[in-house]
Amino acid sequence: MAALTTTVVDLSQQSVRDLNSSLHQASPGTSWQVAHPGGAHNLAVGLTAGLDVVIDGPTGYYCAGMNQRATVTVHGNVGTGVAENMMSGTVRVRGNASQSAGATAHGGLLVIEGDAAARCGISMKGVDIVVGGDVGHMSAFMGQAGRLVVCGDAGDALGDSLYEARLYVQGKVKSLGADCVEKEMRDEHLAELTELLKAADRDDDPAAFRRYGSARALYHFKVDNSASY
Amino acid sequence: MEPASHGLRESATFDRATIHAIQRAAETGIYDIRGWGAKREVPHFDDLLFLGASMSRYPLEGYRERCDTDVVLGTRNAKYPLHLKTPVTIAGMSFGALSAQAKEALGRGASEAGTSTTTGDGGMTPEERGQSKHLVYQYLPSRYGMNPDDLRKADAIEVVLGQGAKPGGGGMLLGQKITERVAAMRTLPLGIDQRSACRHPDWTGPDDLEIKIRELREITDWEKPVYVKIGATRTYYDVKLAVQAGADVVVLDGMQGGTAATQEVFIEHVGIPTLAALPQAVQALQELGVHRQVQLIVSGGIRGGADLAKAMALGADAVAIGTAALVALGDNHPKYDAEYRELGSAAGYYDDYQDGRDPAGISTQDPSLSARLDPVEGGRRLANFIRVMTMEAQTIARACGKAHLTHLEPEDLVALTIEAAAMARVPLAGTNWVPGAGL
Repeated sequence: MAALTTTVVDLSQQSVRDLNSSLHQASPGTSWQVAHPGGAHNLAVGLTAGLDVVIDGPTGYYCAGMNQRATVTVHGNVGTGVAENMMSGTVRVRGNASQSAGATAHGGLLVIEGDAAARCGISMKGVDIVVGGDVGHMSAFMGQAGRLVVCGDAGDALGDSLYEARLYVQGKVKSLGADCVEKEMRDEHLAELTELLKAADRDDDPAAFRRYGSARALYHFKVDNSASY
Repeated sequence: MEPASHGLRESATFDRATIHAIQRAAETGIYDIRGWGAKREVPHFDDLLFLGASMSRYPLEGYRERCDTDVVLGTRNAKYPLHLKTPVTIAGMSFGALSAQAKEALGRGASEAGTSTTTGDGGMTPEERGQSKHLVYQYLPSRYGMNPDDLRKADAIEVVLGQGAKPGGGGMLLGQKITERVAAMRTLPLGIDQRSACRHPDWTGPDDLEIKIRELREITDWEKPVYVKIGATRTYYDVKLAVQAGADVVVLDGMQGGTAATQEVFIEHVGIPTLAALPQAVQALQELGVHRQVQLIVSGGIRGGADLAKAMALGADAVAIGTAALVALGDNHPKYDAEYRELGSAAGYYDDYQDGRDPAGISTQDPSLSARLDPVEGGRRLANFIRVMTMEAQTIARACGKAHLTHLEPEDLVALTIEAAAMARVPLAGTNWVPGAGL
């Protein structure tokens, strides 16, 4: 059931500590609005309850870092490491994201409606990331698990040193990283991509995407692979 | 035939170990990966001696006059600093590199001795948390098993930038140790050769680190001390940058520090000795006016109470032990000599922590081997060792007239070699000469 009231935290009047402390003590199901974020770092980090948090403006580093259960929406651009190490919940960025968006995140859904810079999804460990625009170089570097959906183009070295994360790109891929290859898009992949796009409120055609994954050739140290690392 | 008795002469440049390394590389086509730390001889604490009390210094009576050993870590910002009974802490070592029994034993031994133990690259196990009164949670580039719930369960957080055995290198865990449990904790496929990142994925440089440390504080409501661990290289600058980034505690790991698996060439040729790094760190802290306010933990080749006392005399607040702790648990014990020899090693030489066949049940994930280590007995042995280290340091401190280990000072030390004198910045024994002083 939707919360009846929304608590407003105005960061032109209150500190980041005040905000995070309040959110850490908040009851599940409550709604929060953050006014005048002013690009501040570490907003809404370490949330554990199923809160609904709306940030009205741009944020700095690590917005919604290590999120658990909460839904955080940012009406603006975000700095480095949005939703880094998220465990669960949903983070939606209405603007663009700087580098390392969703880094090492274990779960939940990160939606970036604009572009994401370099290393989007670096070392991702189970999170689902949907980017409406383009992603920068080295995205999904060492991605271990989860899905990265790119509705635009991908930069250089996509999926370098990839483990088991699955990548879907609608646009062009500038280059693939070490051990990352294009793979067949089978029915189960179309099905999961359809679900991901739906969860992100996207109406892109799943059939227009291509799938990339690990060739698994670098999973064991072999002399013959030394030039690939 | 003893070659030397027949006039045969071994090359100092191409000694037998070097010849073997060349032959091994030629045969296998791959570099050697091993555990342990640097084995080459470097200037170390053995090259320092204490000046006991004399006409101008009054010793304390052993067994009657107090010489305290307690230490408080993380006083700068944290709501709950760590209060330890002894300045001997346990260094970060991962579940994965070590068996669950070994991790539990480390926790038990540390808790019994009143000190802290530390997780490693791979997350926190319930066994370790359950048996560790004071547990430091490492925050590493790989973020394997990184969970905010565990962050909140920890007593302190250690942001790892580097390790003395391999500053600039990431972790490594070979496939034979990536069991189902280890793989699940790290979100990795079963049995692969794991290659961890060497850089953090979401920050680069000291300005970013300051923001990262604040994030960790915000997530944990400013309750826990935040350590920053560095491998000894450009120590003076690294310590200054770590302090300015907000570290409550700096952990400095010299090149003799251990590793579970690293390239031999990395272990032996990258980084500087603990003795060379420590005075640089202290100088940096003193120049910033935060010596003793930002605590300094030193590791890398700490083997006993004399090393502890010397490190503290040079300005450390505490030490961390890794290799010595494993030896206390039973690593390299002579009772396993026959089995070490079957593996091509011998008791006293065993360093193949990477291959998972450790007869002592410590650096293995093999259930039949790890079952050999009784965590209760291992914990007791470790606690004994920490207590002996502490008592040895007290013995030295009392002889120098000090009522607390932190009262030891560089003035209490002299060096046996010019190199050690220059590195430690204390006089060569019998002289007033400190090589390099005033430069």
